[in-house]
Amino acid sequence: MYYIVSIAILVTMGLALIRALRGPTVYDRVLAVNMFGTKTALLLSVIAFLFGRPDFLDLALAYALINFVGVLAVLEFFQNHPNNKTSDQLDEV
Amino acid sequence: MMEIVVDVLSWTLLATGGAFVFIGGLGALRLPNFYTRMHAASLTDTMGTILILVGIMLQGGLSLATVKLVAILGFLLLTGPTASYALANAALLSGLKPEVPQLKRRD
Amino acid sequence: MVILFAVFLLTLLVFTAVAIIRTTNLFVAVMLSGIFSLLMAANFFILDAADVALTEAAVGAGITTVLFLGALALTVEREQTVPDGRWVSISVVVLTTLVLIYATFDKPRLGDPDAPVHQHVAPWYLGQTPELIDIPNVVTAVLASFRGYDTLGEVFVVFTACIGVLFVLGARQENSQSLATPPISNTHGLRHHLIPRVVGRLLIPFIVLFGLYVQFHGEYGPGGGFQAGAIIATAMILSALLEGEAQALRAVPRSTLLGLIVVGPLLYGAVGLAGIILGGNFLDYSVLAQSSVSGQQLGILLIEAGVGMTVCGALLLIFHAFASREKL
Repeated sequence: MYYIVSIAILVTMGLALIRALRGPTVYDRVLAVNMFGTKTALLLSVIAFLFGRPDFLDLALAYALINFVGVLAVLEFFQNHPNNKTSDQLDEV
Repeated sequence: MMEIVVDVLSWTLLATGGAFVFIGGLGALRLPNFYTRMHAASLTDTMGTILILVGIMLQGGLSLATVKLVAILGFLLLTGPTASYALANAALLSGLKPEVPQLKRRD
Repeated sequence: MVILFAVFLLTLLVFTAVAIIRTTNLFVAVMLSGIFSLLMAANFFILDAADVALTEAAVGAGITTVLFLGALALTVEREQTVPDGRWVSISVVVLTTLVLIYATFDKPRLGDPDAPVHQHVAPWYLGQTPELIDIPNVVTAVLASFRGYDTLGEVFVVFTACIGVLFVLGARQENSQSLATPPISNTHGLRHHLIPRVVGRLLIPFIVLFGLYVQFHGEYGPGGGFQAGAIIATAMILSALLEGEAQALRAVPRSTLLGLIVVGPLLYGAVGLAGIILGGNFLDYSVLAQSSVSGQQLGILLIEAGVGMTVCGALLLIFHAFASREKL
């Protein structure tokens, strides 16, 4: 059963990555990174139990934290940076 | 007998959680607007996380691993909505309008 | 089956890397490099290397993203267009790749029990750690005790890197006036929103507590000085983001950080010299206490503390050097 959940989470990580690559505005990409981080924390919890090593759960806790601080840092620096990215200014990737 | 009940319950929770996570990811890809995508992404953050982690907790029983899982769950539930709020606020204040592109009529 | 997971994650890694190279918007590149770091950490985790995964996540996905953003806030967002004539560089890269792929043909397979490293080196470490040091985490035993000299070099590398950044960016700003007024009038900054501030203030003590747990638990599970320093630095960076740069510098002033970054390597070196004074070799911990095993454990505890202090102080000093600088 752990395998099926891991596959679901991995596929979702792939979908989030596609959104990060494609997203027209910058906020789409930040959303995708946030989603990716929380899915990574979930994946680590599931795989820690899959491996039978429950002492690897510290990593999932650390990842959840890092993700939160990363997203807040992005928003803070992005808002203080004096360029206005509105929705009609697309990026070329 | 009790183990079978716990196992079946935990499998159900895990499967439902996995389904929610996948649906949320699909929504984040296909929905038309940033704010609607955020709804989908927050679905994975809350429902998916709760169901999967409670499912694993049932498998773990009463041990240190369960305490750590409770901590992870509490942390994710506290910070996920806050990050969504901050992101949506930032997007709204910088002028991103919740508009949907006009659908073409099929004549 | 788990190998399939690793292959899938590596494929995602290739896509991310290609996207980072192809984009010209540096902000997008920073976001994607955060995803890259998380993918790499998941890969390390699947390969059963937990300490490395924790360090990669704490340093790569957290601190490095914040530092890149701090640097990006000081400059433009678009990459400059590269002039023509890239065929030389592409051919050099392709040639190097082919040589490297050829060099991997002689490598033993992943997890092969007949590989030389599993015949001589690994069994010695796995066998000697319970006798000589008696801690469950062999990685910490190898890092801190068997190869302690290398770790001393690493601590000095972190110290030197921090000093280098401070030389370039300036260790001391014009103190009062540039901290009192924020550089850009920000009515949209995070410190004007109540919810992230409340939640952040609630979380900062727990993050510091978790960092201390990782520091002292490094002998029993994944953890140690590097990870703990990065996590505690993350907590301080969160407080700097939420309360403002000036408030964070009042809470933990620059002199404290400079003290931390000096005391760390000094502590490490002092433990080494104490080994000499008490009759052993340099960095020989067995003479530090009554029995040699508890001496080893005491030595590991002290040097991990030194490593943690150095990493925390270095990361925070570099962050403040970027963040308190006005846009040129």
